[in-house]
Amino acid sequence: MTAKKAPARAAAPATAKSAAKAPARRGSAAKTPATARKAKAAPAKKAPAAPVPAAPADEPELVQLLTPEGVRVPHPEYDRWVEDITADELRGFYRDMVLTRRFDAEATSLQRQGELGLWPSLLGQEAAQIGSGRALRPDDYVFPTYREHGVAWCRGVDPTLLLGMFRGVNNGGWDPTSNNFHLYTIVIGSQALHATGYAMGIGLDGADSAVVAYFGDGASSQGDVAEAFTFSAVYNAPTLFFCQNNQWAISEPTERQTRVPLYQRARGYGFPGVRVDGNDVLAVLAVTRAALAHIRSGQGPMLVEAFTYRMGAHTTSDDPTRYRADDERQAWEAKDPIERLRAHLLAEGLADEAFFASLEEESEAMGRSVREAIRAMPDPDRLAIFENAYADGSSLVDEERAQFEEYQASFADVSAGEGE
Amino acid sequence: MAAEKLALAKAITESLRTAMENDPKVIVMGEDVGKLGGVFRVTDGLQKDFGERRVIDTPLAESGIVGTAIGLALRGYRPVVEIQFDGFVFPAYDQIVTQLAKMHARALGKIKLPVVVRIPYGGGIGAVEHHSESPEALFAHVAGLKVVSPSNASDAYWMMQQAIQSDDPVIFFEPKRRYWDRAEVERESIPGPLHKARVVREGTDVSLVAYGPMVKTCLEAAEAAAAEGKSVEVVDLRSMSPIDFDTVQATTEKTGRLVVVHEAPVFLGTGAEIAARITERSFYHLEAPVLRVGGYHVPYPPARLEDEYLPGLDRVLDAVDRSLAY
Repeated sequence: MTAKKAPARAAAPATAKSAAKAPARRGSAAKTPATARKAKAAPAKKAPAAPVPAAPADEPELVQLLTPEGVRVPHPEYDRWVEDITADELRGFYRDMVLTRRFDAEATSLQRQGELGLWPSLLGQEAAQIGSGRALRPDDYVFPTYREHGVAWCRGVDPTLLLGMFRGVNNGGWDPTSNNFHLYTIVIGSQALHATGYAMGIGLDGADSAVVAYFGDGASSQGDVAEAFTFSAVYNAPTLFFCQNNQWAISEPTERQTRVPLYQRARGYGFPGVRVDGNDVLAVLAVTRAALAHIRSGQGPMLVEAFTYRMGAHTTSDDPTRYRADDERQAWEAKDPIERLRAHLLAEGLADEAFFASLEEESEAMGRSVREAIRAMPDPDRLAIFENAYADGSSLVDEERAQFEEYQASFADVSAGEGE
Repeated sequence: MAAEKLALAKAITESLRTAMENDPKVIVMGEDVGKLGGVFRVTDGLQKDFGERRVIDTPLAESGIVGTAIGLALRGYRPVVEIQFDGFVFPAYDQIVTQLAKMHARALGKIKLPVVVRIPYGGGIGAVEHHSESPEALFAHVAGLKVVSPSNASDAYWMMQQAIQSDDPVIFFEPKRRYWDRAEVERESIPGPLHKARVVREGTDVSLVAYGPMVKTCLEAAEAAAAEGKSVEVVDLRSMSPIDFDTVQATTEKTGRLVVVHEAPVFLGTGAEIAARITERSFYHLEAPVLRVGGYHVPYPPARLEDEYLPGLDRVLDAVDRSLAY
């Protein structure tokens, strides 16, 4: 088995990497603010003996089945979870990732062209999403954050539906029950509780479906995620907490969110956690399948931390060059999830040039159809403002709708008059 | 069938029991709602009768209570959650405002969120801080939520049934200082829709509009005013979102004078909304400006001072006199 140390962490900007430094800064600054800058540069040994535990010296092992070079490596625990995977299915995962990346790139371009107000790119996280998404059953239910375009793809959600809220024609825009894929949730971590409640409902129904709550390393700091861990644990709810640790919460590094590897948090709540190489689609599939089997057997929730990287900006409004170094991204590019599987497929003779060429064509066609679909996406009717505020209706909404219609009608009369 | 007399708290218990008997998807959740029966005993006996799977004691986490209720509603359940006291709802405020209130609209109407959030609210019981507040305006301001408060046992019984049957989220404020007031509950027929205000005392000189705990205070004020020869009409608003402005307009145009009474701070409160709308609707019928009686723009005071803060009989009567003096 090859080394599975979490790589490239050292390439990250030296934020809170040293456990001893931070208290030293705070301690010195508090005493003599005027010399704070000087104290900052002082060696760590001058720090008061603060009772802060040192961060783990080494990153823990992560489950990996494909090396960054695409070499299949054995794993004593997880090999059995993917031994049934055929060459056809492997090519299918490759296709999923390529098309998802193409869709994402198209959406990013469309934002630059003014067709979308905002876009959160998933670039770099394709394996984490396809690997986990392809492990699910149709009766499982997914609660995403707002970057799970690849999971939506696996659930069979029409990709253009994902664009509506970013174009500004609605605030969600699809029926979550038609693909068991809930609406995107913008408030960080809120959906972990919805997932937990839904999972509690599955428990009450006596079903063996599972629920997946997707969230990021930043969300792990939110109280709602902690409460979701607690509720799922104490009710033994069939919840899979799937954390895509992409290393950055806008400009805040993972070190700002946690002092321990995220997957280890699960232990404190009384359920298992595991870290997987999030850029290895096969390993993510294996780990997610194993976690779902654990959950379906009535043993309660699990946490999977997919260790991955957001290769692009947080959203199209973000400028990552202000807070992270180029060499960090370059180091992660060497671990690109798509290149990794491509190398594996080629080395093992599982795909030929014709496959890649035809996929290239399909990918371009997808880009075109997304472009056409969004440009054809009409603005909603004005009265949509008043629709669906309440399921049972509301006299206040009725009153305001009537006022709005009257106001609009006053313009219609004027323009009709002018036209004649 | 003769109507029975029940305390307001017990009427809610009976209402929950009826709803749970009628619909297996109705579940009750909250801190201490099971064995203890809630700190006010509103859920007393329900766990014994319906079991731990339908009357669920939760961890001490309000956001978790509402957030998981949302998930349960998405799974087809109709959760009725208890927030132990008014001031404890704020950890759940994010879930209520950003998620519960908006999810139906975000899904273009494809999903429903039939969640009832029960909140014992208001002062007058000598409690410590965060146990006496009236935050209803903070919820009424949020579209997507329905906000109601019963003032008596009979209404409490029926309004809870209606709130549970509603496909919209309902914030159900229970006037905790009236929990032990008994009234006749007619169980056989629904007295009226959930959001309809009701004239609870007829009068001709001034109209008082109140809801929840202040309805009783206003009825007492009307009684006292009658002894002085003044005829005061009292309207129980019952719903703060939506507001039945038609009923308020009718009483205003009948008497020409309107005073709105609530425990919550007057500033930007329910009374402010009523004053503004009624001024628009009934400007030429008004003999006096719409007046408001309520709490001050200060943190809810310590218990020894709450009688100064809460509208009592004298402050309501003073407002009636001021209105009549125009």
